[in-house]
Amino acid sequence: MTAPAAPRSWTGRLRGRAVDAFPPDQLLPDTQPAYVASWIYVFGVLTLAAFIVVLVSGGLLALKGPQWWHHSSTGHYVNSLHLWSVELFMAFMVIHLWGKFFMAAWRGRRAMTWITGAVCFLGSIGTAFTGYLVQSNFDSQWISTQAKDGLNSAGIGAFFNVLDFGQMLMWHIVLLPLVIGFVIGIHILQVRRRGVVPPLDIDLTDRVPEQVKP
Amino acid sequence: MTATDVGRRAARRNVPSASKWTGPVRDYDLVKEFVVALVVVALLTAALAALFSSPDEKQIDLSTWSRSAPADFLQTAATELDASSGTATYGAPYSHTADAAQKIGPISLQHIAGVTHPIDTVNDFVVNPLSGVPANADLTTALQQWKGTGADQQSKWASAYDDALTKAEGDASKVASGDFGPVPTMLASLLTMAQSGGLDGALLSQGHFFATDYTKPLLFIADGTYLEDRARAEHLGGDQWGMMNETGSYPGQAWLWLYTFWYQVEPFKSSPNADALVWGLMALLTVAFVFVPFIPGIRSIPRWVPVHRLIWRDYYRSTRA
Repeated sequence: MTAPAAPRSWTGRLRGRAVDAFPPDQLLPDTQPAYVASWIYVFGVLTLAAFIVVLVSGGLLALKGPQWWHHSSTGHYVNSLHLWSVELFMAFMVIHLWGKFFMAAWRGRRAMTWITGAVCFLGSIGTAFTGYLVQSNFDSQWISTQAKDGLNSAGIGAFFNVLDFGQMLMWHIVLLPLVIGFVIGIHILQVRRRGVVPPLDIDLTDRVPEQVKP
Repeated sequence: MTATDVGRRAARRNVPSASKWTGPVRDYDLVKEFVVALVVVALLTAALAALFSSPDEKQIDLSTWSRSAPADFLQTAATELDASSGTATYGAPYSHTADAAQKIGPISLQHIAGVTHPIDTVNDFVVNPLSGVPANADLTTALQQWKGTGADQQSKWASAYDDALTKAEGDASKVASGDFGPVPTMLASLLTMAQSGGLDGALLSQGHFFATDYTKPLLFIADGTYLEDRARAEHLGGDQWGMMNETGSYPGQAWLWLYTFWYQVEPFKSSPNADALVWGLMALLTVAFVFVPFIPGIRSIPRWVPVHRLIWRDYYRSTRA
C-alpha cells in the first residue's frame, strides 16, 4: 500500500501545516504540567475575559453613536461598563505581564510569546488613549490638546492628529481593536504551541521526552 | 535540523517546551476556566459601573468661553490676529515658524514631518469667520479696510491693539486710544459672534457641511488660559501628572505613569525640548521592553529576584520531597 500523496493545493497544504503545528490535543489540552498551579496563571485568562467585555460594551456604545451616552442614562451606564472593563483589562494585563517577567517566560523558544504580549500591551495603551480622546467632553479636549505636543515633537502628529475626532474614532473602534485582536490571537496560539514555561532552576533533564533526548 | 538537534538544544537550555512535557500533569479545563473568568469579569464590571458610574465633565466651546471669560477670549483673539499666539508660532505641523520645532540633539522629527495641517490664524480664526457675518455695516467697512491694506500695516495695527488690550487686562472699554485701524471693530464683532455660538460652527465647518475635525476650534481654545485654568482646578495640569489623571476622583490612564513621570523631573521638566526628549526616551524604553528576552542582565533579573520561588512554591516543594 502506498502512502497518501501530500496535498498539492494551497488549501490542503495550509490544513496540513495547521494540523501539524496545532494538533487538537495541543490546541485545547485538558491537562497541564503539574507546575501550572498558581493564582498568577489566572490573570492571563482574566485579561482575555476583560477584553471580551471591553469589545461588547464598546460595541453597544457604537450601536447608538458617540453622543448617545451624554444624554441617556442607559448610554451613560454602558459607557461606565466600557470604562471599568478597560480599567480591569489593563490591571489584569499588567499583573499578567509582571508575572510572566518574573517567570522569565521567554525561555525555551518562547521569545515570540513575550514579544506579542508586549505588543498587545502597547497597542492597548494606544487604544485606551484614543478612547479617552473620543469621549467628546472636557477630559478629551484637555487630553488631546496636551497630547498633541508629544506626538508633534516626534513627527507622529503630522499624520496622527489627536484633535481630529473623526480620525481618532476610526482608530479607536476599527483599526486598533483589529490589530490588538489579531495580535492576541497570535499570542494565544504561541502559548498553545510552546506550552507554559516550566519553573526556573529545576533539573528538567529527566523530563525531556525520549524522542528529543540527545 | 533533526529531532536530535532539537533535543540537544533543549537539553542544553534545560527548558523543554511544555508541549513536549512528560513529567507529572494535572487536570486543567481551559474552557471552563475561560467561561468562569468571563462571568466573573462581566459581573465585576457591572458592579463597578453601577457603584461608581463614569465622569462626564461638559466640554468647553467658544461660546461658553467667550461668555464666561470675555477678557481672556479677546486677548487670545488679538494674539491670533497679530500671529503671536501659541498656534501661530507653533511650527510643524501647523505653521512654518523657524526654529519652533523641538529637537533631540541636532535632529528634529517635528520639522522633518513637515507642515501637514497648515493654519493661518489671522485668516482661519478671525478674518474668514467674520467675512461670513451678514448685515453688519461697521464690520463690513472694517474688513474692507483690513483687506485693502498691506501685511505690514495689518501687523502694526494688530500688534498695537494686542499690547494695549494686554495693558487693559482684556477689557476693551479700558483700552487707551491708539492707531489700531479696524482691529477693535473686528475683535468686538468676533466676540459677539463667539458669544452667539456662530464662531464654533464657522471654525468647525470651514466650508463643509459634515465635519469631524476639531483641530482649529480646539487650538483656538487651547491658546487661551480658560481651558488650562479649568484643567488645573481638576488636577490635570502637566506638572500635576495631568495626562494620566481623570476629572473628579476617577482612575484615569494609570498605565501612562512612566510617560508622565519624566515631565515631573529634570532635565525634562524645564527643557524647551521636553516633549521630544521624553518621547525619544520612551521609544528606547519601549523597544527594550519588547525585546527583554534578548537583553543580557535584564533577562536575568527573574533569576536574581526569587519571585518565581513564590509562584512555583508547590512545585519546588514537591520536587524537594
